[in-house]
Amino acid sequence: MICKNIFSKIKFDKISTHIILIFVSLLSIFPFIWLISTSLKGSGENIFAYPPTIIPKDFTFENYIGVWDKVDFIGYFVNSMIVAGGTVLLNLILSAMAGYPLARMEFKGKKITFFSILATIMIPFQAIMLPVYLITLKLHLVDSVSNMAGFIGLIMPFAVSAFGIFLMRQAFLGIPKEMEEAAIVDGCNVWQLFWKVLLPMVKPSLAVLAIFTFIGSWGEFLWPSIVLTKESMYTLPVGVNNLQGMFSSNWRFIAAGSILSTIPILIFFLCMQRYFISGENEGAVKG
Amino acid sequence: MFKYYGKYAPYLFLLPAALILLVFFFIPFFQTVYLSFFDYSSSIYSPSAIGIDNYTKLFHSPVFYKVMWNTFLYLFIAVPILAIFPLFVAILINQKIRGVTLYKILIYLPVIVSIVVAAIAFKWLYADQGILNYIVTKLGFEPIGWLTDPKWALLSVVIVTIWKGIGYYMIIYLAALMSVPQELYEACDIDGASFLRKHLTVTIPHIMPTIALVTTISAISAMKVFAEIYVMTKGGPLNSSKTIVYYIYERAFENLDLGYASAMAVVLLVIVMAFSLVNILCFERKKYDL
Repeated sequence: MICKNIFSKIKFDKISTHIILIFVSLLSIFPFIWLISTSLKGSGENIFAYPPTIIPKDFTFENYIGVWDKVDFIGYFVNSMIVAGGTVLLNLILSAMAGYPLARMEFKGKKITFFSILATIMIPFQAIMLPVYLITLKLHLVDSVSNMAGFIGLIMPFAVSAFGIFLMRQAFLGIPKEMEEAAIVDGCNVWQLFWKVLLPMVKPSLAVLAIFTFIGSWGEFLWPSIVLTKESMYTLPVGVNNLQGMFSSNWRFIAAGSILSTIPILIFFLCMQRYFISGENEGAVKG
Repeated sequence: MFKYYGKYAPYLFLLPAALILLVFFFIPFFQTVYLSFFDYSSSIYSPSAIGIDNYTKLFHSPVFYKVMWNTFLYLFIAVPILAIFPLFVAILINQKIRGVTLYKILIYLPVIVSIVVAAIAFKWLYADQGILNYIVTKLGFEPIGWLTDPKWALLSVVIVTIWKGIGYYMIIYLAALMSVPQELYEACDIDGASFLRKHLTVTIPHIMPTIALVTTISAISAMKVFAEIYVMTKGGPLNSSKTIVYYIYERAFENLDLGYASAMAVVLLVIVMAFSLVNILCFERKKYDL
């Protein structure tokens, strides 16, 4: 009874709603704020001081300069761009090409193709990563062969996903059949029809696929940490993890490096935020 | 409609994607099962077929049970919190208040940031003389060995997973909340129903399928956790934070015990496939037109 009374009194007026949401927002960003704070503290300030200070007393950018000099962030960034860019491009082309016949054509084995693709959704990469690695080695797609081979090896296992194929299939299902008929009457063959007529019509779905594939590929850590052997091939997540070994207990440098590595994806997120937080594309990220 | 494409056109369109899926999904899938029947521990170059010995070894190993226990503990802590707390946040954000977009961006931020950076940020919070232990000692307790005490390590890592998932599931819930008929809320307001009553009787029953969906997808991702553990604890101390995927990684890529690692991978496959099957058949039928 007491419990019921307390609950029936909770009204969640606007002010208490704001208080709770501000609290949750602070919890969400506090680990970053503390990292930024540490990264801006000079050597004259004890970063383990009790009580901790959020605003640096000995404010400096020298940790950023120091870590920038010792670590090839531009190189990591370029590597990440190549891998994420290649992954996005292949996902767009391959998913659209596979989604189109599944949506629009009749052919023998369509059902089994459909279910085979669906089945891959259930197979976690983490469970098959060992044979994937052995196959990548067999195909010579590793950085010990050449940088180019290394990049291809990073990209290929993620070059297409069932999620992308189904997304594109759904998009093609939404195009009126008359479009295809008109194009064929005008003398297009099926290849031209696909590239010149249908693909431009599914641009919104391609954009969604591109953005979520990019985020996924950009943050990928497990696969590159398995295949990469050369530091010059490191992507950002692998490079950032490596900071811990390089600067063992220099938390000022580790913090500065972590924050630096986050800037590109932060800019990307803020520019594209409506795709993430509108809720229209829910369930798109995270494998 | 007349058939405007040649007999082979559908196959040609499917070919590139099919090749990738074959080489990097289906072959590795069967190879994982195949490898699990071989012994690589004596020599990596000349494996010997040993039947189900890897499985027997696995099921007799105390580490295996420790790892399974850790993984399910991980799941049982993370999943209920990730199914309920983001819903609560979504309900609050869904009200007509100012600053909604800003709240959403801030709460979603952890989802976007690399898991490696997130794990490093938490490692710093968890430092022996770090900010969390300052709060703990201020509250009158002994400092906690967040990542160095076997009693705490797993929980400390789970917290990172939960923290990183809240924004993601909140957005899923927000989309679901849009489909709840507004008249029902108005009726509640006229009756003077409390916040809790309103959402227990209207919101929860309406979005039950979404709650179930969030439960299964967060369970699947809890089974696959790796980066948090790799960056923060390496499975230690004393295996106290070692989960299935980390164990597979360690066995395969550090001990080069490919057969044993594959047997463990088959266990993971069975569990995740069971979860995924439930997920697809019960909650995502519409998405795949089944």
